[in-house]
Amino acid sequence: MEQARLNIILHELKKSVLVSLWFMFLTFPIMVIRVNTLDHTIMWRWTNMAMIGCAAFVLSFFWRWAMKKKEASAVPAKSSWPYWARQNWAGYVENKTWIYTLQGLMLLGFIILPWIVSTYKTNILISFLTYVVLGLGLNIIVGVAGLLFLGHAAFYAIGAYSYALLSKYLGFGFWIALPMGGIIAALAGVALAFPVLRLRGDYLAIVTLGFGEIVRLLLENAGSFTGGPAGISNIPRPQFFGMHLSVAETNIYIYYIVFALALVTIIAVSRLKDSRIGRALQALREDEIACEAMGIDRVGVKLMAFGLGTAWAGFAGVIFAAKTTFINPSSFTFFESAIILSIVVLGGMGSNAGVILGAAFLVLLPEYLRAFSEYRMILFATAMVLMMVFRPTGLIPARGRRYVVHDPDLDLDDGSKSKEV
Amino acid sequence: MDWQYFFELLLGGLTRGSIYALIAIGYTMVYGVIELINFAHGEVYMLGAFTGLIIASVLATLGFPIPMILILAAIVAIVYSACYGLTMEKVAYKPLRSAGRLSPLISAIGMSLFLQNYIILAQTSDFLAFPRLIPDFEFMEPIAHVFGSSDFVIVVASGISMAFLTLFIKFTKMGKAMRATAQNRKMAMLLGIDADKVISITFIIGSSLAALGGVLIASHVGMVNFFIGFMAGIKAFTAAVLGGIGSIPGAMLGGLFLGLSESFATGYIASDYEDVFAFSLLVVFLIFRPSGIMGKAKVEKV
Repeated sequence: MEQARLNIILHELKKSVLVSLWFMFLTFPIMVIRVNTLDHTIMWRWTNMAMIGCAAFVLSFFWRWAMKKKEASAVPAKSSWPYWARQNWAGYVENKTWIYTLQGLMLLGFIILPWIVSTYKTNILISFLTYVVLGLGLNIIVGVAGLLFLGHAAFYAIGAYSYALLSKYLGFGFWIALPMGGIIAALAGVALAFPVLRLRGDYLAIVTLGFGEIVRLLLENAGSFTGGPAGISNIPRPQFFGMHLSVAETNIYIYYIVFALALVTIIAVSRLKDSRIGRALQALREDEIACEAMGIDRVGVKLMAFGLGTAWAGFAGVIFAAKTTFINPSSFTFFESAIILSIVVLGGMGSNAGVILGAAFLVLLPEYLRAFSEYRMILFATAMVLMMVFRPTGLIPARGRRYVVHDPDLDLDDGSKSKEV
Repeated sequence: MDWQYFFELLLGGLTRGSIYALIAIGYTMVYGVIELINFAHGEVYMLGAFTGLIIASVLATLGFPIPMILILAAIVAIVYSACYGLTMEKVAYKPLRSAGRLSPLISAIGMSLFLQNYIILAQTSDFLAFPRLIPDFEFMEPIAHVFGSSDFVIVVASGISMAFLTLFIKFTKMGKAMRATAQNRKMAMLLGIDADKVISITFIIGSSLAALGGVLIASHVGMVNFFIGFMAGIKAFTAAVLGGIGSIPGAMLGGLFLGLSESFATGYIASDYEDVFAFSLLVVFLIFRPSGIMGKAKVEKV
């Protein structure tokens, strides 16, 4: 007995030592050697190697433990909540009054927040809310409709540039440009969706990525019209009934605009999910051919998904342009699309609460933990991979609408007369 | 018609095209075997270039002669990139083999971002000067102004490695197993082919070719940074799609086609829109002929 246990421990240790040696070898040239190509000196950073070795040794245990756990629970659990959460929180999650109180408190918190924190922090909150809007928009396409879309930043750019160009050439104000930016982005989304409708999931992803890069490169190269790589500066801030506002006040004003937009987005997107279109989208995600057989207009519904998703990116773009008063194409690279996608993936595809949490993680954490910001992207990239490997449903998984059947004839084991379907 | 300009563009396109073809092979092989767009493949190419740069610099300070530096750096870069490819497959793709199409793609995007940021943190986010490792050959002197020695080495090295790959796929047992796995993985497994091994070897071969491309092009251009893999990866993917993804000769042809058409388009139409041109070609091809030049159209059965 003792012997067997000892053998298992030795075996596990051996595995981890091998993994650690492998990673020390693998990362040797990149992590240890640092060359200066100008004065031809070489730095040897052996401490990095020791760190990698230790980290790989420890993490390999976790990796195998998580793998084993994943394999053990290969049969999907009935509820998407983990067991301990269901035990302790289920009462709260199901309890509507509690949820409304919490939501009300959060609403109140967000309303008074800009008055108690500094301008700098208000700025961070604005970018957090912008990402919430962007993430929720992308969530319609990626999460609800299941179309992997890698060009979201292009529509963010289209929104931002429509405000900048409309105000530069035609003298349009913020409040006219805001709906127009959304509409232009939505039209562009539909225009993109038309040709790509036939494509399969992974091809679609690459085409949208290509489209995103084309938009950015066109903005960069159409020098005289869009300002080229230098971008457009002196974009007017939004007006408040003709009153003159200081920079700090304008910031708070923009905060309220983006907060209102985020609220509208949250309400609209959650209503959308249970609507006829939303259900059609979710059905389309599960099985296209079956959907068509059921009489769902595949083309129309997909176009709708693209239009609805990209419209929010357009709104967010207009607000971004108004907030920074300066935009250039390098703000809208593939990196930006990847960040928005990781917000959706981390939070939980198709889940609105998840997207908000994901945006908080990606925007707020690195701002408040400065030391952490250098490692921000690598941590989120790691999280993206780990999430896919171990928990593809995200932090807060989407829950389908549940229906409860009350039937007096129903005789369940626990004696109740109603059942969830 | 200005013939000298035409030949300049033709030969320039040939050099570009061979590099695209080298990277495209990795995409196409992986796609052929596990139907995954390995988004991080461009990053393997970039890692190859970085490893080559580091090893070459170390060897240069130790006083090795130039041709030996080139060969040793290329070998080490190829070995390391192959190891990275293998590790990547084991960590990020293997656990997802039965998880549909989108999860592995998202995981691959994560991997790509991870490797880029790994280079930023461990090395630098600036451009590094890559030493000129390819000497000027005397016999190239007469045409050196249109087709330099490094162009020559790139075209020859990629030609040789592609010829070897073709022979490997056609005539070895492993090559046969690869073809079988690409055709039908389940059936191949039933016939006793170790699919996991085949997939690992696919990643190793694809990554090695990408690393070779990375070292050669970095020495040709003279600069590397963490972001070179993104553009190269997308373009190589375009090449793979042009040739019909999944087909190795298709990837070679697609690479050359993309290289040449890019070269002529920038030479004769507008040089600012080089990347736009490649992306538009990708979009147009995926929409109108997703099976590529060589591929056959697939009919989806219910």
